[in-house]
Formats: sequence, structure tokens, C-alpha cells
Amino acid sequence: MEHINWNGFNKGVWQDEINVRDFIQTNYTEYTGDESFLQGATQRTKELMKKLEGLFALERQFGGVLDIDTETVSSLKNYDPGYLDKEKEIIVGLQTNRPLKRGVNPFGGIRMARNACEAYGYKLSHKVEEEFLFRTTHNDGVFRAYTDEMRLARKSHIITGLPDAYGRGRIIGDYRRVALYGVDRLIAEKKADKAKIGMGNMNLEETKLSEELFQQITFLGFLKDMAQMYGYDISGPAKNAKEAIQWTYFAYLASIKEQNGAANSLGRVSTFFDIYIERDIKNGILTEETAQELLDDFVMKLRMARHLRTPEYNELFGGDPMWITEALGGVGQDGRTLVTKTTFRMLNTLYTLGSSPEPNLTVLWSQNLPEGFKKYCAKVSIDTDSIQYENDDIMRPHYGDDYAIACCVSAMTIGKQMQFFGARCNIAKLLLLALNGGYDAQSGIKIGPQNKVIENAPLNYEEVVARFDEYLAWLSNLYVNTMNVIHYMHDKYAYEKTQMALHDTDVHRFMAFGIAGLSVVADSLSAIKYANVTPIFNEEGYVVNFKTEGDFPKYGNDDDRVDLIAKELAHKVITELRKTPTYRGAEHTLSVLTITSNVSYGKHTGATPDGRPEGAAFAPGANPMHNREENGALASLNSVAKISFDDCRDGISNTFSVTPEALGRTYEERIDNLSTILDGYFGKNAHHINVNVMNRETLLKAYENPEDYPNLTIRVSGYAVNFNKLSREQQKEVISRTFHEVM
Amino acid sequence: MKGYVSSIQSMGTLDGPGVRFVAFLQGCNLNCGCCHNPETKAFSGGTEYSAKEIAEKCEKYKSYFGKTGGITLSGGEPLVQAGFSKEIFKECKNRGIHTCLDTSGSILNNDVFTLLNVTDYVLLDIKYHTEELYKQYVGCSLSAPLEFLKVLNEKSIPTVLRQVIIPTLNDNKESMAFLKGLKEQYACVQKIELLPFKKICQTKYDNLGIPFPFKDFETPSPNKIKELEQM
Repeated sequence: MEHINWNGFNKGVWQDEINVRDFIQTNYTEYTGDESFLQGATQRTKELMKKLEGLFALERQFGGVLDIDTETVSSLKNYDPGYLDKEKEIIVGLQTNRPLKRGVNPFGGIRMARNACEAYGYKLSHKVEEEFLFRTTHNDGVFRAYTDEMRLARKSHIITGLPDAYGRGRIIGDYRRVALYGVDRLIAEKKADKAKIGMGNMNLEETKLSEELFQQITFLGFLKDMAQMYGYDISGPAKNAKEAIQWTYFAYLASIKEQNGAANSLGRVSTFFDIYIERDIKNGILTEETAQELLDDFVMKLRMARHLRTPEYNELFGGDPMWITEALGGVGQDGRTLVTKTTFRMLNTLYTLGSSPEPNLTVLWSQNLPEGFKKYCAKVSIDTDSIQYENDDIMRPHYGDDYAIACCVSAMTIGKQMQFFGARCNIAKLLLLALNGGYDAQSGIKIGPQNKVIENAPLNYEEVVARFDEYLAWLSNLYVNTMNVIHYMHDKYAYEKTQMALHDTDVHRFMAFGIAGLSVVADSLSAIKYANVTPIFNEEGYVVNFKTEGDFPKYGNDDDRVDLIAKELAHKVITELRKTPTYRGAEHTLSVLTITSNVSYGKHTGATPDGRPEGAAFAPGANPMHNREENGALASLNSVAKISFDDCRDGISNTFSVTPEALGRTYEERIDNLSTILDGYFGKNAHHINVNVMNRETLLKAYENPEDYPNLTIRVSGYAVNFNKLSREQQKEVISRTFHEVM
Repeated sequence: MKGYVSSIQSMGTLDGPGVRFVAFLQGCNLNCGCCHNPETKAFSGGTEYSAKEIAEKCEKYKSYFGKTGGITLSGGEPLVQAGFSKEIFKECKNRGIHTCLDTSGSILNNDVFTLLNVTDYVLLDIKYHTEELYKQYVGCSLSAPLEFLKVLNEKSIPTVLRQVIIPTLNDNKESMAFLKGLKEQYACVQKIELLPFKKICQTKYDNLGIPFPFKDFETPSPNKIKELEQM
């Protein structure tokens, strides 16, 4: 197939089938140099950004939400076109009719939408309430089907953050397809897929798929209409870089108008855009300055994306995040790196527009990335604390070279794989539940196998492990079954029509489970094994605290005695989960990631044998517990690197804070050292790292005088936040974390 | 061979080139008023390790060293345990690890000579520029580190001259001229590093229950350091 807008591109199978990867591989220009070619912001960009910053300030003054449209249900065509500045904007399109105004999306659950409005002093309109009066939401469906035990698991906080009242997210549409092929071609392909369905047996699965394809096709039509409202015809391929970015953005915008999923990631667009930008530069349409301007304008739009959340939601996922994750760099199957000039330009937006948590810029690190790019990344980290790193060398063998990251650490091949998001279970609480024979002392709920409370004092390691394993088997089964209910209902009542239309029809599904409290349980078991742990009982005879005597190895010091306990724990969890079949035959995966929910998980967990007091925060993700590291930063990194990616294919999150002084004496030395440290860490097959280069004092000052630090960005756990958008409790926890400093 | 180690820092970026594993050895023969590791001074204490154990520990961080990093032995004074230091460096070199010695250069004996045969890089403290200051605030003669430097030069071991800048004692032209002169005289000297005197070690002294001899000295401003560097 040919198209005039493809002139100048190398031919390939991408012309005859939907295959963005092939288009990229046959057309991109690898860049192995340094950042010296980059240009700063244009006058136009600066003016527009100033206007946007004014709106951000206003939003802060209004308590975090500038405005809510309570009359309209969010969808692709329900709002009039909105602009930040119609005259100055290059890339257009807003979620509602005004910048930073939030829409309501009750498809996940009407109660959530109602409460969110009320939390900010608004009232969900009668009109929307009426509209949903006789409509089943995802939330309604789930609670109709939940078993009593599932409700109790939720209520006792043993499983928390489940997407049963809001959109599940973590699905990345291949938004690039719209730019490369135009919507009409995508509709034609989907129609052809649908036509094939009647040929086989019309079983439950096929019938379901047939209806889904109908919805996908309908929403591709809506996408075209939405673009038309902004004056663009996106039925055919984009003809230049500006259109390619605009078409891609429309596709992304449509998906966030339709869905309010927790994480709505962008994918891997930079190298794709680079092909168009290079063609335009060659044809004299763009210069370096105007190319950067295009990226800047696009990124400004992404920084304006918002969803309406409840305060309870913010407690788990603090800082108003969208997880607009863009994967950068990485290496191709043929050995060429996927770093292009636009990879640099994307990072450069952190300078042209200032540092920011969104989009969630994620560097796919490989030992083979060009030195110039590695150093530039390290420099950006030191300057902005806004990027995270994930190990391309361990992901590429599983996902190929056209995968992206959903949310924080979840890899999936773009347009070919999706996941059913499943929050996480609290394994520290599970340990206490096991010791108390199925009684949760925090909530007073009896759940799980009912046994006698543990009697032997001091605690016997083998006995405790045997008990823990029994309860883990029980919880794993319950957890998979709960997820099966949730995702059946989400598909039924809140199916992601736009995003799934931008996937192959035959899609591979993951079911992503998670654990919180890994370091707490590892250290607790280590304490039981190497020290003397005596349980303390309350009047009713339940264990409520522990007396721990003697020293024990602690996770985070590169000590195999405890690190292997942590590694084994993760292995045990995924092994147990795999025993229960999943909805739609999804592949079980596991993450060690908490977002900011480590604070909330800790709050609902009693005292643990490692000496952690009742209610104290967990360490985030796979991090060692704060300030238990005694051998410096690399020992801590080595401990985390031991957790196996084979067990935790949904990601292992590590957040690393280091003072500038501890990275080296001069700025140049710091850049070199950080780059080598990343090589070293990932050389150990570690999966992920957030890098913060800052002093604790800065955070303390920002805590006291937030108005002086409006743009302070910090990486927390798989994403970055504006420090001021965290709750006071979350801020305190971030401040209390280990900062590796000069001794 | 066994020796005594005060502490281990898996990520050192200030003591030698690149990212380094730093072992602080126990025991020091000097009495520097500005000492920021008072806990390493006593000849007793520390944790017993074999040289092989230290090298094996260090090897776990080899992937972080890149092209320039490696191991640094600091202290205390590593020359006090020169035999142990030599064994550690031998074990490290067998593992392809770059070796760096952070020393006052105040001991020169046969063990030290053989240690230098397996030393790739030296951070040599030149604390002051006069014999009087050395006598008063260090506890050895200035001639000791100068003699040491001569040996380093003969062995062509790349060396950095380091000086902790303490206002009123060595934040002056004479001291800078002295250092510069050494750099010109000895080809092995690659650069001079001026380190600002700091007082964050006060808490260490407090915990040990001993007075911090230099507690009344001021810390130099960053500008002062820059100014001295340009002299």
C-alpha cells in the first residue's frame, strides 16, 4: 500500500499491515552524539508556559482542583473544544472545554464521582445522577459478584487499592498508529477482524470479542469526530511532524477523555516522532528550534492532563499523578540503539519548560546505550530529579524492542499486550494474620484459615514460615479470584474502547499482582531466625507486639542471609498465585511496587518482629527499610538487585536518594559517577531505579515553606511528584527516607 | 592474612578516581587536630577480616566501578597495617580491580615498599607546608611525606596531593606555593585537591567522649577554596 504522506519513508511490511515497529526499524536514524545540538525554548513557548504556570498556581490556591464540570459525563465528544491560548498553541486539544477543568467519569463508580466532587466543594449535577440512576457501573457489577470473603479481605486492608471503584488503567494504546495510518485504515482492519469472527464457533469468548470490536470501531469513529471538532481530519496518515504529534496526541486525549484509569501511559513515541522530524528538517519545514517547540507544546498538553480523584484515592496514590509514562532509549533487536535526537529533545523539555513529574520520563537503560546519552541522562537526573531508569537488557528478551512502560514499572509490547491491574496485597499484615491464626488485630476481623494463635516463644523460624506459607496459599487463591471478578466487570461495564481499538485484536493479557511490605517481612523473618523474638499478647490472647533481642541481618546491606529471604518471598508469592487460573487466560505477573501507599499500608499494620512499631510506614516498593543500611549506597542497591525479575515480571521498584556531595566532588564527576553506578546496578540484572539527587534540608525547607518551592519535583516510587502535592504524612515519610550521604 | 577494619563504604566517590569501594582501616600513628575519623584512630578495635574477605566483598561492586573506579584503602592510616593492605591489594589486582591508597605517607618500611608495588594510585596528604605546623598539629616531621612522595615518583605511581584547608593555618599563598612546587618537582603528581575543613565529625567526637582538638577553627568558605585553587 502507498500513501502520498509516506513519501520519503523507506518501504517495509509496515505499509501492508499495522506494524509501527517495522516502520520505526526501517526508518529511524540512531544518534550517538551528545546534547550540544539542543536548543532552548522559543519566545512563544516561554509566554505560553508562563500562562500555564499561572494556571498551576491558581489550581494550588484552589486546593488542588481548579474547576469541575459537574454537568457533563466525560467522553470523546461531550465537551466543546478547549484551548490554553488558541493563537499561540501548536498542538491542540484539552480534556474538557477549559484548561485544568476536570470532567467527571462515573463509569468506574458513581459514588466515587460524587464523593470526589464533594471533596472539592462541588455537587455532582442532577443530570449526571439521573443518567446513572439505571445504569450499572463497574463498581456496581463488582460488588454484586464479590463473595463475603472478598469483602472482608478488602475491609481488613489485607488487599488494598483494588481497581473496583475506579478505572483500572495500565493499558497503553498504540497511539502512534493513528498518525502513521490514519483512523480509516484502522477501522478497516478492525472491520476485517470482526468479519472473521463468525467463521468459528460462536462461544462466550468469541461473542464477547465481537461486541468489543463493535465498540472499538464505534469509538474510532468518535475519535475522528473529536479531532474534527478541533478542525482536523485524521482519517488519513499524518503528513508531517506537527501532524504526527497532533494525531498521536488526539488518540491519547481520546483515551483519557473516555477512561480515568489510575495510570494512562503514553508509550514510546519519541523515536517514532523523530522519523517525521528528521524528514521535515531535511525538507526545510523544521529547524532544530521549531522541532523543540513542537515537543514543548506537546509536553505542555501532557502536563495539563488531570483526573478527578477522591481524598481516599490520593492517600494511596499521592500527588495527583496520571503516569503519562514515556519510554525513552533502549536498544533494538539488531543492536542499534533506539536513541535519536528526539529522545534528547524529550528530555530537554525538563529544561525548556522546567522540571516536572509528568510526563513520567523513563529511560530504558542498556549497557550499550551511547556514552553521550548516558551522561546526558545522568545530568538530567542531577539537575531535575525527574526521570527514572529501567533495565532494557532484561526486558528486551521478553518484550522485544517496541515495548513501553505502563504506570511505573510494567512492561508490555505496544499494541500487542495489555494488563489487568491488581494493586497489591500486604504481606506484612499476612505474617501477623498467620501468627494470630486468622485474626486481624487491627480491624478485629477474622479471615483466612482459623487456627490457634502461635504459642512457642521465642518464635521458631520453621514454624513461622510454615504458618506464613499456609496463609499465603489461602490469600493467593483469594487474590486471583478477586481480580477475576474485578476484570470481568471492568470489561463488561467500563471497557477501554479507544485504547483497545489501538491494540491488535488478538491481544496477550497479563494479570498484574503486587506485594507491599517485602522488606518488613524479610527483616522480620531474619529477626526470628537470627535473633530472639518473643511475642507479646493482649488480654484476649492475640499477638500485638514483639520483644526482639539480639542483632540480625537486615535487608539492604548486601547480606545474603536476609537478601535471599526477600528473594525467596517474591518467588513464593508468584508461585502460589500461578496456581489459580485467571480471567481470560491472562499471564500471572507480580510487582514489588507501592506508589505512595507504603504509608497507608503501614498505617493498617501492627508492630512487626523487625522492630517496626504499629502503624509505621513501610519502605516503598522493594526498598530496604529506611536507615537500616549500614554499608553505603551500593550495598543497598545490590540487595535490591537480588530480587529476581523472572519472579517479578511486573517490576521491582527501587527509589534511591543521594546527596550531590556523595556522588562526587565536581559536577562533571557526579555525572560520570551516576552513569557508572547505573551501569553497575543494571549490570547486576536489577530492574528499576528512581534517582533523586538532593539534600534532605531542601525537603525540610519545602515542608515548612511550600510557597518557596512550587516546582520541587521528587521521584517517589515509580513516578515523580510535585512535593507540594503530597499529603503532610506522605511528605514526612519521604523526608525520613535514607539519603545516602558523605560519611 | 588478617587485619582490622573500622568500617566499609560501598559507594565512595570522594577518595580516588570514579566510584570506589572504601575500606577504612583501624589504627593511626598520627595525631592530626583536624582528624574527621577519630573512631579509626585507636590501635585496638575494628572488625577482623582476612585480606581475601575484603577483596571478595569489594568484588561484589566491580560492576559499578566502570573504567576508573576500584578499591581505596583509607583509615586510620593504612600504612600501619601495610602487610594487610598489601595482601588486600594483591587479591584485588588478581580480580582486575584498580587499587588506591589514601595515606599521610608517614611510614616507610619494607612492607610499605612492597605495598606500593601493588598500588595503582595514591592520595597523599600534605597537611601543612612547615615543619613547625607538622610538629604541632600532626605528630611527625614534614620530611616523612616528602620522602614518601619521592618514592612514589621513583615508582611512577600516579599521585594526588591533598590538603585539608584550615583557616589561619594553611589558607595562604605560602602553602599553595609549596604544593605547586611539589607538583612541578615530581612528575607523578597529577593534581592538587584542596578539601575544605569541616566540623560534621563533632558528633563522632561527642559519641567517643573525647574533645575535638580543632573545634574552635573556622570552616573555609567555598569562595576561599576557589581563590586558593587559582593561586
